[in-house]
Amino acid sequence: MMRLPPFRHYRPRTVEEALAIMDGEGPEAAFLAGGTDLLPNMKRRQQTPRVLVGLSGIAELRGVRGDSRTGLRLGPMTTLAELVRDPAVRAAWPAVARTAELISTPPLRNMGTIGGNLLIDTRCNYYNQSYEWRRAIDFCMKKDGRVCWVAPSSPRCWAVQSSDEVPLMCVLGATLRLLSPDGSERTVEAAELYADDGIAHLRKRPEELLVEIALPPVEGRRATYLKLRRRGSFDFPVLGVAAALQLEGELVMSARIAIGGVGSAPRSSPEAEAFLRGRSLADEETIARAAELAARPARPLDNTDFHMSWRKKMTSVFVARALRELRAGVAATALV
Amino acid sequence: MAEGETAMQPAAGASGTTAAAAAPPPPSPRRGPPAPGPDSNQGNLDSHLRPPEALRVIGQPLRRVDALAKVTGVTRFADDLVLPRMLHMKLLRSPHPHARVVAIDTREAEALPGVKAVITGRDLPIPYGILPVSQDEHALALDRVRFVGDPVAAVAAVDEETALAATERIRVEYELLPPVATVEEALQEDRERLHERTAYANVHKAVSLRFGDVEEALASAELVREDLFFYEGNTHLPLEQHAALALFDADARLTVWSSTQTPHYLHRALAKVLAPLPASRIRVIACPNGGGFGGKSDPFQHEIAAAKLAMLTGRPVKICLTREEVFYCHRGRHPVLMQVRTGFRKDGTITGMHFRTLLDGGAYGSYGVASTFYTGALQTVTYRVPVYWFEGARVFTNKPPCGPKRGHGTPQPRFALEVHLDKVAHQLGIDPAELRLRQLQPPHSLTANHLRVGSMGLRRCIEKVLEGSRWHERRGRLGRGRGLGLACSSYISGAGLPIYWNSMPHSGVQLKLDRSGGCTVFCGSTEIGQGSDSVLATWWRRSWGIDPFAIRVVTGDTDLTPVDLGSYSSRVTLMTGNAALEAASRARALLARAVGAHLGVPPSRLVFAEQRVFDSEEPERGVSFAEAVELAEARFGTVGTTGSYTPPPAPGRYKGAGVGPSPAYSYTACVAEVEVDEQTGIVRVPKVWIAHDIGRAINPVLAIGQVEGSVYMGLGEALMEEMEYRPHRRLVHKMPSMLEYKSPTALEMCEVVTYLVEDPDPNGPYGAKEVGQGPLLPVPPAIVNAVHDAVGVYIDEIPLHPHKVLAALKAKAEGREPRYGPARFPPVRYPAPLEVGLPEPTPAQPAGAAALAGTGGGRRP
Ligand SMILES: Cc1cc2nc3c(=O)[nH]c(=O)nc-3n(C[C@H](O)[C@H](O)[C@H](O)COP(=O)(O)OP(=O)(O)OC[C@H]3O[C@@H](n4cnc5c(N)ncnc54)[C@H](O)[C@@H]3O)c2cc1C
Ligand code: SF4
Repeated sequence: MMRLPPFRHYRPRTVEEALAIMDGEGPEAAFLAGGTDLLPNMKRRQQTPRVLVGLSGIAELRGVRGDSRTGLRLGPMTTLAELVRDPAVRAAWPAVARTAELISTPPLRNMGTIGGNLLIDTRCNYYNQSYEWRRAIDFCMKKDGRVCWVAPSSPRCWAVQSSDEVPLMCVLGATLRLLSPDGSERTVEAAELYADDGIAHLRKRPEELLVEIALPPVEGRRATYLKLRRRGSFDFPVLGVAAALQLEGELVMSARIAIGGVGSAPRSSPEAEAFLRGRSLADEETIARAAELAARPARPLDNTDFHMSWRKKMTSVFVARALRELRAGVAATALV
Repeated sequence: MAEGETAMQPAAGASGTTAAAAAPPPPSPRRGPPAPGPDSNQGNLDSHLRPPEALRVIGQPLRRVDALAKVTGVTRFADDLVLPRMLHMKLLRSPHPHARVVAIDTREAEALPGVKAVITGRDLPIPYGILPVSQDEHALALDRVRFVGDPVAAVAAVDEETALAATERIRVEYELLPPVATVEEALQEDRERLHERTAYANVHKAVSLRFGDVEEALASAELVREDLFFYEGNTHLPLEQHAALALFDADARLTVWSSTQTPHYLHRALAKVLAPLPASRIRVIACPNGGGFGGKSDPFQHEIAAAKLAMLTGRPVKICLTREEVFYCHRGRHPVLMQVRTGFRKDGTITGMHFRTLLDGGAYGSYGVASTFYTGALQTVTYRVPVYWFEGARVFTNKPPCGPKRGHGTPQPRFALEVHLDKVAHQLGIDPAELRLRQLQPPHSLTANHLRVGSMGLRRCIEKVLEGSRWHERRGRLGRGRGLGLACSSYISGAGLPIYWNSMPHSGVQLKLDRSGGCTVFCGSTEIGQGSDSVLATWWRRSWGIDPFAIRVVTGDTDLTPVDLGSYSSRVTLMTGNAALEAASRARALLARAVGAHLGVPPSRLVFAEQRVFDSEEPERGVSFAEAVELAEARFGTVGTTGSYTPPPAPGRYKGAGVGPSPAYSYTACVAEVEVDEQTGIVRVPKVWIAHDIGRAINPVLAIGQVEGSVYMGLGEALMEEMEYRPHRRLVHKMPSMLEYKSPTALEMCEVVTYLVEDPDPNGPYGAKEVGQGPLLPVPPAIVNAVHDAVGVYIDEIPLHPHKVLAALKAKAEGREPRYGPARFPPVRYPAPLEVGLPEPTPAQPAGAAALAGTGGGRRP
């Protein structure tokens, strides 16, 4: 069996208590939500916090409030399974519920939370390996080593942004509220939280606690998320295409596209978004051109499942499929 | 002889019981209930040959005897075992693919509180290996490591954490050696050799067997076609990780509980490596395996190291491998490159075949010599191949060792052959099904490579799947991106020869009856999830009329049970079945004599049914089964009998003839339906129709389970499973985890329509043949052939990754050869062919069925 390293576990009841513990324990501590990302990583010694501040006892961090008119407020400790079933979410932003359903397996969705999902570590198949395995390759830059084996001459890590909800939150314009132990508070746009670096992939200090995720009012927008993975369950995305459009008939009033799984942060394409504005999706040429533009920043490397050049090719195929789906207004179905 | 007759021709009256009012129809092999509709997914038992007497057990869908324990979580697998004062073991494994071990310093590890013992290669210097010709493994590296994951040292400590921490304190000094990464590198003379004894360079084994004048047959053929294929390696992925527990007791007896498929071979290996501890002081108990598929058939390092540590510490020692370590045990499917060159007449019939294989064996021998021969053995048993030439070679590389996985060495050549035939059918404009039906190997015949085929139900299998899939209406007409493909196959029902040469039985069964009416069956076979315990409990109903659930089955314990070679090569139902029937008939004879004397009735008039023994002419006159045992005990003393089974001698007498012969061959035909997304190259398999000639289905539910499991595994191998290594990063395994080694989930599993075809074989118990492995074989080629039907390209290597499909579609669009697959076969120095020649009589004039069928039910002469 793989064993966890030793750690101390706290189970605070309130946000204040959690932040106070964090303040006292310092950089050796980490927040623990469902643990579905953090605990396996600890078994592999990718992260070895000495103290875990468990958030499951904090009632105020759970639950969904609001509706499609006011926008939604998601408690970060809301589990993915709850999100899948939540009537308000399904009515306002059904893509959020459907995307949650595409994450991993039913048991993991019962444990995993939306907050944890937005903050999971980046992934790479030189990195998501046991300590012994990583020792055999002399480790890598992201943890315990010096070189990036995916791109040995590169000064940075290319580990992959692998959360399914992240690209979707970016195109919806979700905002995240973060509290610090010193009492300060800030709200960031989801798209601003992610940095294109496999190691420093979050623009967030470890002691900052995510307390709320706000989804804006719907205002006639439609969103979808298409996921590419090997199997219909279990697998992380190796490509995730999120798109949100404001349409009048088939005319695009505004568009946002973000692509996950093909870089250390979700990739948006201002060119594609600008190109779509004012154009009609009835025209297949428009879709093809927008797909091509949106796929340009995708930079898959050989560190996930599937052949990397195939993943690159699939990016435009999936963007086009997402746009067609939004044009038709039907539910996301193309699960790969 | 007597049992063989009973099996085929049940004694009249056996089903007439006091309870049954209506007389059953007279035994006639041609009557029986009509087969269910072709599309019922319950599995269609093709019951034309079902003897209609009330076979209340044989052929009935009985619940497994171990089902309740399994579904309620009561079954104790090896890792569930806990003994007082038990220590935990961890292995330190090599981080290098190839290195000399210069020095090991264990002092720091030994000093860690809680550590009880640390051992290295020096403590276990005797080499071992599953095959007598490949004694090339050490429990812990003696002076060299040969792949990342090769064990170097073992620690026993009070808990897993401490053992793990201790392994990190062992200092090993390595001298790095250049690794051999690929078959091409292995063929080069100037590379470092992994083992001293090789054929040349890093070639472990090279063979060439020729049966008849192949060059002449090809020269005079109307069409000669040559194709190259590649079948990627993959692994078993049993849900249960290997675990072992060793106990060395106060009487200096060693007991090892393990998740092993082959307790007898583990017993032999332990006795060899732990010498001078005599074999008689070693006991191996095979726990129920949570899946094996061939991956638990070798003696493993962790089993031997745990035994040694138990002996050194005097305390029980346990280890359960991590999933990553299971990938390092491997012994899975060999990656095989294949070249097939066949001569045909215009009507598509084969005139001669030359088949070449090149296997990447990984770091050790394991079953590799047998695997090599298997890549050339069974091409001849499905279609007539008048003359045949096989060249095969296996090389060593610095990767975890390959070995036997479901279908052992035969799915790869079967894949090549079936796609090759599909190509020929298209080239000649013949329906691929017709091409096959034209040239089926006849039943009760000898093949060019001297294999004796018994019953052969492939024709009916093909007919079943054609009908089920509506082949003639639907093939080529399913519309864009959808298609149907056909492939067939055959597999052995147990290897004709044991792994080490000996003239003892392959399977033994011992029976104990007592006056309570209880009955215990002892047999060395191993329950690996396939249902062998249930099958073992089934035979007594037919012989004695007692309920399988009343039988106590004791299996896989070298102290208690007579030797059975193990759960591999699909041998268990046929071999233990024959042994069980022999033991049963002997016990039955004893009871009949005692009851006959008591009732004053000749024993031949007695019927055993419904837990009673009674006079067939006066059914009210009789005794209960328990009374019958009492009578026998009073008359003869304690009642116990034995039975054993040795396969009939193989007709082939040449060097290499040991691989391929079997008492009986199962046959399978499969049609797969696919959907190909031409934009992405993703292939989906919505449905598979599969018909399997099982000889006789002893328990159709278990048989259908085996077929569906085989389809699942074949689907995984075809679509996604592969063992991949990082050639530039120390040859580490690319993804040794259940998340990243992709195998299908329930969502990828196709709908399966199973047909059990029953063409009883004279050598099988009640005619039964194998079902555990054979149905995997046709699945990958059927899928590839269906992809061709769907989009007009051949993917000559599996797995069928979408990028390969896209590449082939692109080649087609650009007017290049519409295929994806290997481009060349590297030059291999095969030995000069051993000119075996064709058997007498030649396969062109098959011997009379009677002459060959009369081999006496496979009983020992
Ligand atoms: C086999 C497997 C398959 C998976 N497949 C997918 C998949 O397909 N798609 C996908 O998106 N994910 C997948 N995951 C990842 C993970 O399960 C999910 O993303 C899950 O939602 C993570 O949530 P959690 O509550 O378990 O997070 P945790 O593991 O508890 O936490 C993750 C990180 O977030 C931090 N954190 C959590 N909550 C807060 C907070 N409120 N404030 C500050 N920091 C916080 C933790 O400190 C930790 O660093 C998979 C995981 C596994 C093991
Ligand atoms: S991208 Fe490079 S540095 Fe980052 S985890 Fe992978 S191998 Fe390591």
